[in-house]
Amino acid sequence: MSNEAASMHPDASVEIPVEVHHHEENGHHHHHETFITKYVFSQDHKMISKQFLITGMIWAVIGGFMSVLFRLQLGFPDQSFDFLGDLMGKWWFENGHLTPEAYYALVTTHGTVLIFFVLTAGLSGTFANFLVPLQVGARDMASPFLNMLSYWFFFLASVIMFSSIFVSTGPFSGGWTAYPPLSALHDASPGSQHGMDLWLIAMAVFVVSSLLGGLNYIVTILNMRTKGMSMTRLPLTIWGLFFTAILGVLSFPVLLSGFILLIFDRNFGTSFYLSDIFISSTNTALSNEGGNAILFQHLFWFLGHPEVYIIALPAMGIVSEIVSTNSRKPIFGYTAMVGSFFTIASLSFLVWAHHMFVTGMNPFLGSIFVLLTLLIAVPSAIKVFNWLTTLWRGSIRFTPAMLFAIGFVSMFISGGLTGIWVGNSALDIHLHDTYFVIAHFHLVMGVASMFGMFAGIYHWFPKMYGRYLNNTLGYIHFWITLIAAYLIFWPMHYEGLAGMPRRYYDYSTWISFNQFNDLNRMISIVAIISFTVQLLFLFNFFYSIFKGRKVTNPNPWQSNTLEWTTPIKPGHGNWPGEIPEVYRWPYDYGKDGREFIPQNVPVGSDESSH
Amino acid sequence: MFFTIAVIVLVFLIIFQIAKASEYVSVIRGEEKSRKEQNKVNGFLMIAFLIAGLIGVYYCNEALYPKTLLAHESASVQGEKVDSMLWLTIIITGVVFFITQILLFWFSFRYQESDKRKAYYFPHNNKLELIWTVVPAIALTALIIFGLKNWFAFTGPAPKDAMQIEVTGKQFGWIFRYPGYDQTFGKKYYKLIDDANNNPVGQDWNDNKNFDDVISNATMYCVVNKPVNLRIFSRDVIHDVGLSAFRLKQDAVPGTPTSLWFTPKFTTQEMREKMGNPDYDYEISCDQMCGNGHYSMKGIIKVVTQEEFDIWMAQQKPNYYAAFPDKDPANKTAAPAADTTKTKM
Repeated sequence: MSNEAASMHPDASVEIPVEVHHHEENGHHHHHETFITKYVFSQDHKMISKQFLITGMIWAVIGGFMSVLFRLQLGFPDQSFDFLGDLMGKWWFENGHLTPEAYYALVTTHGTVLIFFVLTAGLSGTFANFLVPLQVGARDMASPFLNMLSYWFFFLASVIMFSSIFVSTGPFSGGWTAYPPLSALHDASPGSQHGMDLWLIAMAVFVVSSLLGGLNYIVTILNMRTKGMSMTRLPLTIWGLFFTAILGVLSFPVLLSGFILLIFDRNFGTSFYLSDIFISSTNTALSNEGGNAILFQHLFWFLGHPEVYIIALPAMGIVSEIVSTNSRKPIFGYTAMVGSFFTIASLSFLVWAHHMFVTGMNPFLGSIFVLLTLLIAVPSAIKVFNWLTTLWRGSIRFTPAMLFAIGFVSMFISGGLTGIWVGNSALDIHLHDTYFVIAHFHLVMGVASMFGMFAGIYHWFPKMYGRYLNNTLGYIHFWITLIAAYLIFWPMHYEGLAGMPRRYYDYSTWISFNQFNDLNRMISIVAIISFTVQLLFLFNFFYSIFKGRKVTNPNPWQSNTLEWTTPIKPGHGNWPGEIPEVYRWPYDYGKDGREFIPQNVPVGSDESSH
Repeated sequence: MFFTIAVIVLVFLIIFQIAKASEYVSVIRGEEKSRKEQNKVNGFLMIAFLIAGLIGVYYCNEALYPKTLLAHESASVQGEKVDSMLWLTIIITGVVFFITQILLFWFSFRYQESDKRKAYYFPHNNKLELIWTVVPAIALTALIIFGLKNWFAFTGPAPKDAMQIEVTGKQFGWIFRYPGYDQTFGKKYYKLIDDANNNPVGQDWNDNKNFDDVISNATMYCVVNKPVNLRIFSRDVIHDVGLSAFRLKQDAVPGTPTSLWFTPKFTTQEMREKMGNPDYDYEISCDQMCGNGHYSMKGIIKVVTQEEFDIWMAQQKPNYYAAFPDKDPANKTAAPAADTTKTKM
């Protein structure tokens, strides 16, 4: 696809003869590269990053399509969709209506794959792999082999998760949080049978993938920075990815331990989470006593909350970089940005039980979590104000990447502010598990991070494939997606304020919640439109890989970071010659009247220091 | 169906052709020039989106506010505190929302690339950064203090005179138990649950405190202006007693009892008049995913006056007689309409 050495592209405007390897590591793999080692079991971080990206995109399409299916049920509960019944079979659609089993399987799988496979693996996996070596100035990851394994564990997890969709009793359907006892008892729900086993195995394999990747990113960032690249000269993308990796390495093992106990409860008769259970469908009282179902929630959210930041921090880093580059101004308050990353990452370990205010936990304990949760709003506010100040008196270029970065900030504000609502236990007791929460986390974590990911794709696509994405399609993609996202999620706040519970298959029998039929239909229609527009983006993406306008300028965005000092199509090893030395921070835009000063330009004697 | 797909494909093709053509045009006319044109268009769209968005926020509020609970007074005393917290939070976050969103899109529009201006090199400013660290911190401290004050107010122990009701969730419905005349719940054990023999919560019949306990399925009665303490249990998986009209909820966890208390302010009848809906009822929604019937797990709360409650309670037979019909005096004497006030053992 794109990973050929620059010499294979005579049209690429790079003068450096690639075959001259000044550095022993460079081009190490060029001489015996086959299709398999280059595209499949590649150890080149750039190729692995593309593998993560495209696998993530496939999951995004699957997960997005699932949301279209369950939105059809929510928006059009009375209409029958016979063609979908013909297409998907009786388990999913009975008489043209989505079955409750299928509805719950869809919402569960939608949540799981979007959170873990798209916004964790697809986002961190893509951009940490792509940017960490390129922006810190390294030939590759610290361990390219573990890096390759990281992708292939993700691939394996994907295959297992995908296969769970075809189990005769259906995929897991107890919500992405998989709370036992529902998830632990085979007889509690058809989805808790073999679908759940596959779900757990897939997630366990996914944790392995995430750990291998995360350790690699941390070690690479700490040990493999090029000469002059002190930690305080790292681009904010790298800082974001660095804290993300630390969060993942510290919290995913806790999730895994929770899953292992759940596997034991499911299959080996233990009672970690089970006590006092009578199953109506089989008319039996289970022998398990003394377990505590809430324990799982603690273990789950000990990952689950940092996970939110695992999703958000890379997007924040990407957005900081893109906003600064395209405002032609340094990011405002670099130190405060790094400091707020650190604060957010630290606090994210101390707030998990704010998901559990209504589980009957000790109110005093709850109050501690309220305090720590609302504290997170301070570093988040700092970030927003710093982005705004970066735009202020800038010279803004609206590339599609920049538009998505601005969209990210807008979404992050809208979704972040409602975090102050639901993080306060006195309000959460009313809003918990309503559509208000759906609106909150979709905006702040789902749409915002997706925007961060789109921004990153539009910005680094030229570096990835040596071609541009089509701008016009990018603009259409952005504006429709932005408007659609607000049309979908903004009104949901009102549904939540009416107390409308989430994860309901049908609201028609409820006096309290049946007043939103028209709204639900509107939301569903917009969701379908929004999904189609994403297909337009996909088309743009794959078309441009092969037919896009060719990049002729090695630094198309006039950016300061090191990845733009590589040839247009860098080989394995990234720089054909020596790795450039770094003399300055990456945000010297508009300094001393100069448009931009890349990091590898030595500091002049007449230059002012920032 | 095929028609729809065909239309979508056609629209895609047209968009794609336009996009491709505009790319060629920009190459021919010079990248720099077309970039500036695209910049202008997007800069304009930024401000247009801001204005349309603000109008949209207003319109959305007009259309949807009456359908939310904010438009109706809380039906519980405790819920008033939730509502006042909500308003405080709406005001504080609302101000921040409008300021930041307006600045974001205004700056984007105002500071788009222009030949007349150069970007201002402004890497940091300690004073500004201090301001927007301290001001949010103060606002959040206020929210934390008010929030916790309310939180402790309604998570504190229930008043001593509160009516005691036991709520048990199961797939997919609610069971309510009243302690009867002795005001004490009899012992129960989950292994004694026996739906076939009318023992849905596992009452231990060796405990004579169980003999007068009353069980009600799906509908719970309580008295207006009298605190109710719910002791919450689950038979199988985690459920949640969602009381949206009262602004409260609490999980039902198997093996780990929880509780929740509140004081209803209006009878069901009064609510029907207030809502202008003769069919209105207080509903208990299950707010924790509990399986495929989750969406149908409804309970009804009838808030009535003390007299109405006493009449209703007098009509209830202890569940003991449902489990052991032969012990029911009404069955033994074949008396006309059993006088339930005499059924106490």
